[in-house]
Amino acid sequence: MKEMTLSTLLAVFEEMFGTGLFWTLVAAAALVTAAFLFVLLRERRLVGRWLLRAELLAPVGAVAAIFFVLMISNSGFSDLGGPIDVIFMILIGAAGAVGLTILAYVMQALLLGHRQ
Amino acid sequence: MLANRRQFLALVAAASATATHSGPIQAQPVPTGARIVILGAGAAGTALANRLTARLPGARITLLDPRRAHLYQPGFTLIAAGLKPASYSVSTTAEWLPRKAEWIQEAAAEIDPEARRVVTTSGRALTYDFLVVATGLKLDYEAIEGMSTDLIGSNGMGSVYAGPDQAAATFAEMSRFVEKGGTALFTRPATEMKCAGAPLKYAFLTDDAARRKGTRDKMKIVYAAHSGAFFSVPIVNEKVRMLFEDRGFDTVKNHVMVAIDPGKRIATFDTPDGRKEIGYDFTNVIPPMRAPDAIRFNSPLSWQEGPFAADGWVEVDKHTLRHLRYPEVFAIGDIAGVPKGKTAASVKWQVPVVEDHLAAQIAGKESTARYDGYTSCPLITRVGRAMLVEFDYKDNLVPSFPGLIAPLEELWVSWLMKEIALKATYNAMLRGRA
Repeated sequence: MKEMTLSTLLAVFEEMFGTGLFWTLVAAAALVTAAFLFVLLRERRLVGRWLLRAELLAPVGAVAAIFFVLMISNSGFSDLGGPIDVIFMILIGAAGAVGLTILAYVMQALLLGHRQ
Repeated sequence: MLANRRQFLALVAAASATATHSGPIQAQPVPTGARIVILGAGAAGTALANRLTARLPGARITLLDPRRAHLYQPGFTLIAAGLKPASYSVSTTAEWLPRKAEWIQEAAAEIDPEARRVVTTSGRALTYDFLVVATGLKLDYEAIEGMSTDLIGSNGMGSVYAGPDQAAATFAEMSRFVEKGGTALFTRPATEMKCAGAPLKYAFLTDDAARRKGTRDKMKIVYAAHSGAFFSVPIVNEKVRMLFEDRGFDTVKNHVMVAIDPGKRIATFDTPDGRKEIGYDFTNVIPPMRAPDAIRFNSPLSWQEGPFAADGWVEVDKHTLRHLRYPEVFAIGDIAGVPKGKTAASVKWQVPVVEDHLAAQIAGKESTARYDGYTSCPLITRVGRAMLVEFDYKDNLVPSFPGLIAPLEELWVSWLMKEIALKATYNAMLRGRA
């Protein structure tokens, strides 16, 4: 790749998902992140009960993310050929785990309302 | 609390606005009334037209290309592997072209660089200040005696290069072969060719299909190299040799296919020891590749001597891609008579160089942009794994992710790039954004 600038990356992702879907996904991610920060400030701490429940979903997020990538790529676990493959798969799993945990935490915080 | 929420929403809005407006960092635009003719609206012509309309406001840009369909050629291998439908590689020429450019749906019939004039197939004459030759190349199937593209998809004959439908027909023939077994024959021509890794990929993919089917022991896979090597870059050649050995391929060298008997399924080769025949049950015919006739026979643009003269490749400086005798002429993509670089990845690196030289010349300056022969080949070694091989004129490996993605390892990550990221990157390149 000649130059990996932010604008190149954005152009590639827009082509990959379609401009509309890509920016919808970015907006959704930004919205969940903002909501997470919002409830964090509102409570002024992480609420243990919500976090524990949310964390129970982490493995589901990890497995879902990994299977999603395998599903769209005509490949499987037996194709992992080197350390970078394992690292990349762990990163995909981690992203899925963290993403679903935050989403679950935010949903509880918003749906169950103010802790007190 | 509400204030907090508002603040956050404002923050989110501001962040997305910044992201949306951080467009490509453009080099200084050069206003001009220059008339630029681009021959060919394939990967190279389209990408350049899009970049030039942004870089040279006011320039009158005309593209000549009779093809209504735009073909994403790197997708042919995936179609021929049965992983994508033929439609995966097909879009329209029109959808990628800049609105400000004129598209004439004809090919060039004659080029007169002395008079700075191009005559189209209908006899229309166009004059130019700058000419960019991006016609691509001619797949010279007729040069193989007994060969015709009508035969692709029957009698064990495939040809991935011929087009998306033929790539799909090749998969059908390969699947039939994998069921029955026999001899699979893989070759490559002795001419310059686009994506020299593709012939290897299809040999690996056939082997992979047979292993998955459990029929590998019912067949012989023969790879006939045109020279003394499987790949022109020595360090990659050595890796390929090891992989061929690992997969149990039979190999012969210095075999150039000159004739084929589709009925008897026999291919004839020129070798240092005279003509030799190899029988096959399945083969992937890769024709000799040459400059299109309009360039080769109806223009003085081709090399007059040296290794690129016989097949008519355009005589350009290998670093600036500027014609060596006609300084207002450039060549990019497959047609350029340079030692490497008949891939879409090369186009991605060549286009900004030509753009910069054109803009600098119009502005009365000199450009220092250079193309060093970069090319890239995600060498598929089975479905799910590839080697991300990148190299330059000097046969140096030039990995994009040094220390992270090993170029000579069969990796899943490299496969993901080929299957998921490559087409998006290619499309972004067509739009002049990557």
